[in-house]
Amino acid sequence: MIRVENLVKRFGPVVAVDGISFSVEPKTIFGFLGPNGAGKTTTISILCTLLAPTSGEAFINGHDCTAESASVRRSIGIVFQDSSLDKDLTARENLLFHAYLYRVNASERNRRVDDALKFADLYERADDLVKRFSGGMKRRLEVARGLIHRPKVLFLDEPTLGLDPQSRSNLWEFITRLPKEHDVTIFMTTHYMEEAEVCSRIAIIDKGRIIASGTPGELKKIVGGDVIYLKTSDNRKAAGEIRRLFQIEAAEKEGEIFLSVPRGDSVIPTLIREIGECVLSVRMQRPTLNDVFLKLTGKEIREDAAAAGDDIREAVRSYRRRHDRG
Amino acid sequence: MIEGSAVYVIVAREFKKFVRERSRLVSTIARPLVWLFLVGGGMSRLVPTGAGPSYMQFIFPGILGMTILFSSIFSSISIIWDKEFGFMKEILVAPISRFSVVVGKATSGMVLSTLQAVIILAFFPLLGLKIGILQVVGIVFVCLVLSFAIAAFGILLASFYESYESFSVIMNFIVMPMFFLSGAMYPVKMMPTLLQVFTKVNPLTYGIDALKHLIFPNETGALGADFPFIVDVGVIIIASVVFVAVAGKAFERKG
Ligand SMILES: Nc1ncnc2c1ncn2[C@@H]1O[C@H](COP(=O)(O)OP(=O)(O)OP(=O)(O)O)[C@@H](O)[C@H]1O
Ligand SMILES: [Mg+2]
Repeated sequence: MIRVENLVKRFGPVVAVDGISFSVEPKTIFGFLGPNGAGKTTTISILCTLLAPTSGEAFINGHDCTAESASVRRSIGIVFQDSSLDKDLTARENLLFHAYLYRVNASERNRRVDDALKFADLYERADDLVKRFSGGMKRRLEVARGLIHRPKVLFLDEPTLGLDPQSRSNLWEFITRLPKEHDVTIFMTTHYMEEAEVCSRIAIIDKGRIIASGTPGELKKIVGGDVIYLKTSDNRKAAGEIRRLFQIEAAEKEGEIFLSVPRGDSVIPTLIREIGECVLSVRMQRPTLNDVFLKLTGKEIREDAAAAGDDIREAVRSYRRRHDRG
Repeated sequence: MIEGSAVYVIVAREFKKFVRERSRLVSTIARPLVWLFLVGGGMSRLVPTGAGPSYMQFIFPGILGMTILFSSIFSSISIIWDKEFGFMKEILVAPISRFSVVVGKATSGMVLSTLQAVIILAFFPLLGLKIGILQVVGIVFVCLVLSFAIAAFGILLASFYESYESFSVIMNFIVMPMFFLSGAMYPVKMMPTLLQVFTKVNPLTYGIDALKHLIFPNETGALGADFPFIVDVGVIIIASVVFVAVAGKAFERKG
């Protein structure tokens, strides 16, 4: 559905996208994971024909993103990183605007707008101005708007940025329903590791290059197995026992023994059977994509800094809006 | 090439927003009236114009031109806000040609400006002018073509600017000079030759000149029109086409 080959984008001396290639299967969720400035938005802008690549090729639904921009545009819907709603129009007006812009048949138009409002759970607020909506409501409205013309591919550029955890998980549940309910392929970017877990495939991008890709499971294998933490009545003795029984390294840290094993869940029962009498507590941690990123780049994806930056951006905008409009 | 439904919905959106934002209507109507009655009324005593129209009557076509100039430019400059607040991306990523966007925006400016010019026109009896129904039809026609041309010019300007900070630059260095160098406040013939050059490349000049033809059909002296009516209308229409074409191209640019 999406095919990208050797895509490069330079802004003067800055290489925003540095020769990436990937492809996305129909009706799957593809996640593009990377820190600030990795080149995620730039890639999306090229795919949705807003930017011309410096070199390389990109195809959506078989259409070339450079040469056939009209066909590409008809095949895609997009939710931009920064909101692109008209806040001085109502929810319904924003959706109608979109329906006219994409030449949805007159006979279909109102039905699709109503469906989108219901789908976004905004039917009761349809005739309120968008500026009175919460961040989560706006985001849901944008996603629903992007689907009105029944695109083949929906791009979501950090759809949950700036939302509280509750709205994030609501929106997330809503997004994961889309491929089935709308026959749509989803390409999304995020720097929240846990969000990427629901993707069928993930590409991790850093400084314009894809440094790893695969299913979430495959990526986690890069880090190794699960980590089991044990509290025992005699740590030194328990650690010795474990080394003897499993031939694996068990180290002690902050009063806990920890050991790294491929399939932790099946190891725990044996562990308890063998040294159960001295075990006080057991916990197991599965590797997260954060560990993957850490392992590959030696740094963490900083989510908090990004969210703060977004707040500042929004604050600056609303300040400008108040002082420069009337 | 030009998608009707896109043009329609772009105009409908501007219209909706205009109706909602009543303060904007008040200020765009108040400015020309202030100029007409305070500046025009005051200057009428200072500037004896003999047997022809009084000074206040003389500037009436210019005041109509001013109404169109400000509201058309303002309508087009809203593109900069659309860029700033992200809505422009929604339009640019849609499968419509850039010309539809430009024509849609210019048509919005045309409809809204002409509406406001007609409100100002309704004040003519207070100035002691006599304007018949045929003249009104002609004036509305000139207002439509002129406001389309100015709005298209505004879109061209807006395509070069990314943020609203440029708004005051545009107002002070482009819009105000355009107004003063248009024959609105003083006849073109009376200006120094150098300024006359600027006047002649200013599309607003021809619009106001055409309005002078319609409002003072019998005036041949200094206060009457400077160019033949057909030249006025021709220049405006050609200017519109050029502005739309260039603005469409300017929007086509990609980073
Ligand atoms: N229009 C532009 N002109 C110049 N440089 C740009 C432009 N757009 C992006 N860049 C640069 O390209 C790089 C990648 O930016 P991009 O917006 O694609 O990152 P991102 O992965 O989306 O980051 P974020 O998570 O912060 O949204 C950055 O270094 C950025 O400064
Ligand atoms: Mg981004």
